Amino acid sequence: MTDEPRFEHPPEERAPSYLAESHSLRSWFFTTDHKRIALLYLVSITLFFLIGAGAAALIRLDLLTPQGDLLTNDGYNRAFSIHGIIMVWFFLIPSIPNVLGNFLVPIMIGTRDLAFPRLNLLSWYIYILSGLLTLYVVVSGGVDTGWTFYTPLSSVYANGAVVATIVAVFISGFSTILTGLNFIVTIHKLRAPGMTWSRLPLFIWSHYAVSIIFVLATPVLAITLLLVAAERLIGIGVFDPRLGGDPLLFQHLFWFYSHPAVYIMVLPALGVVSELITAAAHKRIFGYWFVAFASIAIAVIGFMVWGHHMFVSGQSVFASAVFSFLSIAVAVPSAIKVYNWTATLYKADVAIDAPLLFALGFIGLFVAGGLTGLMLAMLAIDVHVTDTYFVVAHFHYIMVGGSVTAFFGGLHFWWPKMTGRLYNETLGRIAAILILVGFNITFFPQFLLGYQGMPRRYHVYPPEFQVLHVISSLGAALLAVGYAMPAFYLLWSLLPGGRRAPANPWGASGLEWTTSSPPPKHNFIAQPVVVRQPYDYPLAHPASRDDG
Amino acid sequence: MSGAVRLLLVWAALMALLALTVGAAFLPIGMAKPWVAYAIATAKAILILWFFMEMRRESGLARLAAIAGFVWLAILIMLTATDYLTRRWIM
Ligand code: HEM
Ligand SMILES: [Cu+2]
Repeated sequence: MTDEPRFEHPPEERAPSYLAESHSLRSWFFTTDHKRIALLYLVSITLFFLIGAGAAALIRLDLLTPQGDLLTNDGYNRAFSIHGIIMVWFFLIPSIPNVLGNFLVPIMIGTRDLAFPRLNLLSWYIYILSGLLTLYVVVSGGVDTGWTFYTPLSSVYANGAVVATIVAVFISGFSTILTGLNFIVTIHKLRAPGMTWSRLPLFIWSHYAVSIIFVLATPVLAITLLLVAAERLIGIGVFDPRLGGDPLLFQHLFWFYSHPAVYIMVLPALGVVSELITAAAHKRIFGYWFVAFASIAIAVIGFMVWGHHMFVSGQSVFASAVFSFLSIAVAVPSAIKVYNWTATLYKADVAIDAPLLFALGFIGLFVAGGLTGLMLAMLAIDVHVTDTYFVVAHFHYIMVGGSVTAFFGGLHFWWPKMTGRLYNETLGRIAAILILVGFNITFFPQFLLGYQGMPRRYHVYPPEFQVLHVISSLGAALLAVGYAMPAFYLLWSLLPGGRRAPANPWGASGLEWTTSSPPPKHNFIAQPVVVRQPYDYPLAHPASRDDG
Repeated sequence: MSGAVRLLLVWAALMALLALTVGAAFLPIGMAKPWVAYAIATAKAILILWFFMEMRRESGLARLAAIAGFVWLAILIMLTATDYLTRRWIM
């Protein structure tokens, strides 16, 4: 163990860790410590993940047979609606930013906390409030609009707790906006001396980019959903043609938010993967500025492609052509990142640990999702596969194969820092591989199904599709085991007698590895001063990788 | 000029513009009517941004952030218009 800090500040003295500071409930529920708030988020998004996964299990079980024997038509609609709504707004959007981002943004830039610690706590309470409302929706019979709330279904025809769901998503948006605001101000104002923009870890760049989207896109969703609620309750006629409205206006407004929102779900993952790859390769990132600006480019161009969700909606052909072109353009910065990670790994002496396995899985699945996205952006192909399982497979490759895998990778990578404990590496590797395999068995058949014409959101289907559906459901069972495994060995590591983590178990660069694991309440004993470039491998004082 | 007096003056100006909006709605100007209303609304928004939201005192960065909001709104309106204004084109 020689993990001396490589930044010029006095050696660490022992200070109580942020976990040991106090154990009272009050010290958790009224904390303003970004690290504790990150853990509050971790627990709450895990609960929502379980509910969303329960809905997914119902869907996959129901699809085992062509007649849809398990659920009624209405029940099936409610299952996929609640699945989508919970997974998008209550799990995936907060996952990386609010857990890993909350924990790491201040530490990575060398400061004590976020710029507005109380606002950070408020974000969590707002999230919980909206989450409780969503739980109310679940128990009060659910909602059947899908996560997309298309009008006139949502505004006129749908039964169920549409308004309550809309209000829940509306409220959760404020949590997101506050988090984005907090990150932007923190990154602008609280960087440690010497932490120039060119020295920011790429994790920070991608969180900066995602915060821009949080702040600029989320209000549009809020307004749009309020309009739907108003239309439903008092018929104001924004979307109803009989009253002079236009139903497509809803789709424009919704996707103006929701395409950027899909990048909300993937940009933080890109940041995580940049950290995992460089740490495993022990090399500088290839083309730092390209990777950093690719995040910003994705955030900006991502706002101009939403019409690719409306190719068959009756949108003008000219608009479709414009959106098709812009959608192809947004793939460029995404591809830049993939090439740069690959170049970083080239000829590196990589450490094949669980975080790297997750990162490699991410790259493969993200590429498959991105390339099928390009196919969908082609007008002629999209007319054929729109609203089929091809689309379902596309976005699951990116959001689940990509973002969820990156979240798991990041959780493993920073687990020692967050908890001060080492998890069982062998089990970690097995879980990473199991998730990759299970994921592909679940979702690859869905590309085939969709291409052959299996529509999404139907549970009764022609018998010739059954084989692929059964394979997909079996894969889902395997995937579930893969996701459950980390819950056990990560929690296991917390038991008394679990192995203690040294400050820098991976021999990685970055300020977070210069402070103790877990860090003290204010992250550093003394204000760090940054004198080096990011990813300055080989480390000046190479840290040992053993357990200490 | 004291702060309170300035705010009151701006408020009075906003009220005057409001009266103008209402008045313009009764003018026989046909197609120009909505554009007159938009112009008055823009003037009100600028007054609010500049005085009530204190943009006149802010640094360049904060002004940039405020402008960004409008640029994004322009993206929303422009690309939505690409659909609405070209629906009748036969291709
Ligand atoms: C390489 C860039 C990408 C392109 C060109 C692309 C293209 C497309 C297109 C054209 C569709 C519409 C298909 C249809 O409805 O017929 C689509 C759907 C979708 N994409 Fe992508 N995509 C890309 C990346 C992403 C990313 C990064 C994510 C998420 C993190 C994502 C998530 C989704 C989702 C959620 C849908 C379906 C939404 C729904 O209808 O429920 N895509 N994509
Ligand atoms: Cu999209």
